[in-house]
Amino acid sequence: MRLETRNISFGYGRRRILSEVSLLIEGGHIASLIGRNGAGKTTLIRIIMGFLSPDEGSVLIDGSDAISMKAEDRAKAIAYIPQYSSMVYRYTVLDSVLMGRAPHIGLFGHPGKKDIDKAAEALAMLGIEDLAERPCDELSGGERQLMMIARALAQDARILILDEPTSSLDYPNQLLVMETISRLREKGYSILFSTHNPEHALMVSDTIIMLGMDGKAVSRNPEELLDGRELSSLYGRKLCISRIETGKGERIVCVPE
Amino acid sequence: MRTTERRRKEVLAVLIIIYLAIFVLSFSIGRFPVSPIELMRILLSRILPIEKTWAAQAEAVVFSIRLPRIAVSSLIGAALALSGSIFQIIFRNPMVSPDVLGCSAGAGFGAALALLLGLSGLGVSLSAFIAGLAAVMIVWRIGSVMKGNHILGLILSGIMVSSVFQSATSFVKLVADPENELPAITYFLMGSLAGAGKDELMLIILPMVIAFIPVLLLSWRLNILSLPEEEALSLGIPVRMIRAIAIASASLMTALTVAVAGMIGWVGLVIPHITRMTAGTDARTAVPASVLLGAAFLTAVDTASRSMATSEIPIGILTSFIGAPFFLYLIIREGRR
Repeated sequence: MRLETRNISFGYGRRRILSEVSLLIEGGHIASLIGRNGAGKTTLIRIIMGFLSPDEGSVLIDGSDAISMKAEDRAKAIAYIPQYSSMVYRYTVLDSVLMGRAPHIGLFGHPGKKDIDKAAEALAMLGIEDLAERPCDELSGGERQLMMIARALAQDARILILDEPTSSLDYPNQLLVMETISRLREKGYSILFSTHNPEHALMVSDTIIMLGMDGKAVSRNPEELLDGRELSSLYGRKLCISRIETGKGERIVCVPE
Repeated sequence: MRTTERRRKEVLAVLIIIYLAIFVLSFSIGRFPVSPIELMRILLSRILPIEKTWAAQAEAVVFSIRLPRIAVSSLIGAALALSGSIFQIIFRNPMVSPDVLGCSAGAGFGAALALLLGLSGLGVSLSAFIAGLAAVMIVWRIGSVMKGNHILGLILSGIMVSSVFQSATSFVKLVADPENELPAITYFLMGSLAGAGKDELMLIILPMVIAFIPVLLLSWRLNILSLPEEEALSLGIPVRMIRAIAIASASLMTALTVAVAGMIGWVGLVIPHITRMTAGTDARTAVPASVLLGAAFLTAVDTASRSMATSEIPIGILTSFIGAPFFLYLIIREGRR
């Protein structure tokens, strides 16, 4: 599935947050959204998800206008994984993942065998089927994030939007989530994630969307950022970008000067 | 994964047995006890040709006094527990009780005003019911003005509207005749099922069923309402519509309970906690479980309230004596975690 935004502009009162932002994510591609605090990463995600209406511009899913789409149809196409889900009650992981089936179940319906199987399949795809009966407040940060991704997979949406999925995780769990995102690309998902860590963006992205403080977005592939100039200008710090050989292939890394 | 499903069914089966046991036992306790076997024979005699071996008085007690009262206590207990569960889920706060949207305060005022005006019985109930629903509508209207955070808006306006209605009730008490009206108002507000009979049962049974049905049908989706708003919206469900249906149903239940039985505190706060502890958090189980537990609890407490002393103790006093220490235990338990 293809996700596209065309000339999205948005502001609060006189303050312009986004200015004519266009992006395109094809099926089986990962795009990352980077920029400083207040650049509008979360705002753009909220507009794509339909939580906010843009002042101008459109969001397209496979060419159809997502803003006028029925909420249920949109949820079948696009899933949202928040930074952190504050669950007040102790749902089991399975119950929580089952909630992803909501757009496929009628208003007064309850999940049936097919839905439970879908949820179990999503857990298995991420290798966390053993957690199914565990209350979600007993999960580690990484497990919790995987549970949220499993819910999105159970939703059967082919476009996944992740808002800073690694921000509250320790280093091994950050890598786990990045590797998971990378594996989902191989299964054909279109993925957009925002991050404060340019290294994560360079590690897995096909496209990196840089949101400047002027509200404008620039899309590049990681190769185009190797000279470090644009990333240094984005963050206001001199950054060095380099390729290193890990023994299992090349990685692009980013370090401050 | 099937074990959870099986456990849910087992929990509900156990709760049904507990409720039925309390239902039968509450007939055997009181000034005119009816044994479980005799009770079964009397009840079945209405549909089967059973030889009459019991006193006519026993049949009158069962059908005219105790059955309506037990039915009312069951319905009110179920309604308080269920409305508490609903509010705790949709406001994402386990400390919320059915009176959060000013419904109890409004209904209390309606009852006090009716008693001041010399109305009685159904008049008091209807006045309480109308004022309770009016309070919720005012809260909903004010809460809707707050665009950004609808839930916070509702809770804040609930506090404000409750306070206004409580002050109005105090004013009614101030101007009430201290010989007759004031004691009647005070007694009503304490919460009691002493006057609960066939008329009260007929008044509440249909609206109660109307309020219960949408919640039972929407129970799985209530789980999703306990998620942060944007997460729930991303799942493509009509969040505001489901929330409005749930609040309307819960408010209707609360207004009906106050209309018939006055202010019975703690049930709507404590039973949802016990429900989650025993039946889990999934609303598919928690909704019917809170109905059964609430009905069982209030019927048991009502039986105690009418049989512990020579004169009946208002049930609201007993629920406070049980509910408050239990809640304290919950707070201590949570603190130790």
